[in-house]
Amino acid sequence: MVAPVEPKPGGTLRNAFGGVLGFFILLLIGVLAFSIRLFSVIKYESVIHEFDPYFNYRVTQFLTKNGIYEFWNWFDDRTWYPLGRVIGGTVYPGLTLTAGTMWWILNSLNIPLSVETVCVFTAPVFSAFAAWATYFLTKEVKGIGSGLTAATLLALVPSYISRSVAGSYDNEAVAIFALIFTFFLYIKTLNTGSLFYATLNALSYFYMVCSWGGYTFIINLIPMHALLCIVTGRYSSRLYIAYAPLVVLGTLLAALVPVVGFNAVMTSEHFASFLVFIIIHVVAFVYFIKGILSPKMFKVAITLVLTVGIAVCIAVIAILVALVASSPTKGWSGRSLSLLDPTYASKYIPIIASVSEHQPPTWPSYFMDINILAFLVPAGIIACFLPLSDASSFVVLYLVTSVYFSGVMVRLMLVLAPAACILSGIALSEAFDVLTRSVKLQLVKLLEGPLSNAGDTKDENSTAQNDVLKADKQVATNNKTEDVKERPSKKNRKKDKENTEKAPVKSHNEKRLLALPLEASAIAIILLVVLGSLYVIHCVWAAAEAYSAPSIVLTSRSHDGLHVFDDFREAYAWLRHNTEADDKVASWWDYGYQTTAMANRTVIVDNNTWNNTHIATVGTAMSSPEKPAWEIFNSLDVKYVLVVFGGLVGYPSDDINKFLWMVRIGGGVFPHIKEPDYLRDGQYRIDAQATPTMLNCLMYKLSYYRFVETDGKGFDRVRRTEIGKKHFKLSHFEEVFTTHHWMVRIYKLKPPKNRMKGKTKKPKPTSKPLSGARRDGSTKKNPWQ
Amino acid sequence: MAKSTSSDVLTLIHSLRSAYAATPTNLKIIDLYVVFAIATAVIQVVYMGIVGSFPFNSFLSGVLSCVGTAVLAVCLRIQVNKENKEFKDLPPERAFADFVLCNLVLHLVIMNFLG
Repeated sequence: MVAPVEPKPGGTLRNAFGGVLGFFILLLIGVLAFSIRLFSVIKYESVIHEFDPYFNYRVTQFLTKNGIYEFWNWFDDRTWYPLGRVIGGTVYPGLTLTAGTMWWILNSLNIPLSVETVCVFTAPVFSAFAAWATYFLTKEVKGIGSGLTAATLLALVPSYISRSVAGSYDNEAVAIFALIFTFFLYIKTLNTGSLFYATLNALSYFYMVCSWGGYTFIINLIPMHALLCIVTGRYSSRLYIAYAPLVVLGTLLAALVPVVGFNAVMTSEHFASFLVFIIIHVVAFVYFIKGILSPKMFKVAITLVLTVGIAVCIAVIAILVALVASSPTKGWSGRSLSLLDPTYASKYIPIIASVSEHQPPTWPSYFMDINILAFLVPAGIIACFLPLSDASSFVVLYLVTSVYFSGVMVRLMLVLAPAACILSGIALSEAFDVLTRSVKLQLVKLLEGPLSNAGDTKDENSTAQNDVLKADKQVATNNKTEDVKERPSKKNRKKDKENTEKAPVKSHNEKRLLALPLEASAIAIILLVVLGSLYVIHCVWAAAEAYSAPSIVLTSRSHDGLHVFDDFREAYAWLRHNTEADDKVASWWDYGYQTTAMANRTVIVDNNTWNNTHIATVGTAMSSPEKPAWEIFNSLDVKYVLVVFGGLVGYPSDDINKFLWMVRIGGGVFPHIKEPDYLRDGQYRIDAQATPTMLNCLMYKLSYYRFVETDGKGFDRVRRTEIGKKHFKLSHFEEVFTTHHWMVRIYKLKPPKNRMKGKTKKPKPTSKPLSGARRDGSTKKNPWQ
Repeated sequence: MAKSTSSDVLTLIHSLRSAYAATPTNLKIIDLYVVFAIATAVIQVVYMGIVGSFPFNSFLSGVLSCVGTAVLAVCLRIQVNKENKEFKDLPPERAFADFVLCNLVLHLVIMNFLG
């Protein structure tokens, strides 16, 4: 491979060998991506994690049991009692349909995997696919070497692992694969100008719309890139073929998904695509006219069109602006607005602001989540500019926008991860190219004899940049990368021709510029390998320790061994076996999905958080004293109230810590709940200095009822104080179950008193179940007044 | 000033017409198809303006199918045009096959969405 001019007969063998090697490397990357996500299955068990996956799991169970028509038209009455939820119209069906299809295929092949197993392992399988998609995408941008490096980086990157471990059965598991694959097909269409890939691109975009609400990122990024190409003078007919069919077909396909429906043409998230659609047609038309007219006539045409066109444009824009400005949010949805204006959510939508994933990330989380990629990315950006192509400008734009969005919400670091991997893959691959080439040249020179060697002593960066320029042309000619595929595209052939002519002249230039000293390049290669291994060590550590917790089972190590806290499942199992099928359970919305999935009981609010007023009702109930809370819950037909309490074991994500959000959300709708009432001097406390409102509210009472019996002093391990009110009785609720470590406590609403007059000592209630018959002894006061 | 612009406009139209007459017949057929599709879309929009947009999905699928075939026909024209250097190696049969495939997908979606 020294002289790239004539194809050596050993060259084809090398190509074949390289191709097979590349294939096996890809296979290994897939296996790696799959296996690094299995830590949670090994350390805990094959269980679905967190909260949202339980909802997806329940929906998948329904789909596999009842078929797709039932699923499409399903109205769920076990949640958001008494409102119910139209599952068919409010869920992104991609993940469920994918897992359901996989289960159905496996079962029809007589491989009897349960639905739970398929759901648990969907994410690792699709992360392997995502790694392969990254390979294809980066191969389109730079070449096979960069592709393989980027795929390896993506298989390991902790940010992606955190949302796709085995058991994390959430939308992002398939959506990231769909995102990368759609981008790959877009770049492929852009590079080849083939309408076939444009069709595939639209279909892949459809799969992305089915899978995740983040599809709006694609439908805004691609128009941005098209606009960038037009503005920088890189308009070509391939851009038209890549963009225009995608918009039309994509909008139609997006409108097919019930969740999106007519939002595909009516919301501001999609307007950018239509605007650029019009612009690209104007530009295409201008180029067409320019092609068939002489330059003088063209100038006349331009002046004519401008005078007429500007008047029309102003009129149209005025109408559009009036339409958009008439809606209060300018046509954007709340979630998108909170992304564009990071302070929007905290001012107007407290529910979005309260989710911990929606907070901005801290600096250390960048190094935790993308590790060495954080500083390889700028090198990758520079490598993309040498030379700048449509594909590399797209990748740079993708990175810049995803960095901005990841700075707004820590959850969106996930969208940054593929971009960072692509660019770092490019940077690493280019660096390796330069270093190995100089090693090879130096070795050849050493073996051939001491020729005059004008070694440059510039620092490695500038030589690397120069060498990247030369290395690029070398990469194009060296058959290890592109000629393996023998692509019939014009660009490749042209490059080949001009490079074979320039090669003899270049070899002298190369020898002068690429002559990094042998020792320096060898040490640099070793250092790069060490860097890579540090990355691998970090990723494996992050996967094993930080991101594999199923959060429904907790463990802790102490001097007397491993403690397992399985309280959540204990509580849901108790609910499942000891309550009636129609009983309603009220809790904070975090636990709604798990309750419906595992306890199979109707809940009042769940993680979908689509109805703010309903959540505010529950929040108000939790913040009120016992009697008003009882009235609110009674009006909702609630039988059992569930609270999560971590004070005995030190579990920090319990309801007392979330309580201020309940107050804020409740107070947002019911003004008699005021947050300062619960704070003493602006501080949130539950000890003796707490405000009386706080000490009397339902959440306090339900969390700390009989807590003093555990250690005699009522020391709360999370808040690290003794509680304020220690000995009290509950008048309207009775405790029915507390789990082993007191983490989940379930209370039952006491039926209203039989007699109104006098203070009758009510006997301890028996365990006779009341089948929902309401006693009208108490006057039904409006609990909201 | 006005006279020169009007005479300019006349020469412009004349040169446009003569330049366009020089294009091959197959491209002119595609152009005619594009014009037909756009005209159908405009008629549908006018009809919607008169009658109201009640089954909005039908309106959307109708208009977008017209716009979609127009766009695809323009892509076909780009790929088949002999003056286009980028697509010199692409046989026109392959371009037409891609066009048919994409239209199939488009109309499958339209049929689904028409309601």
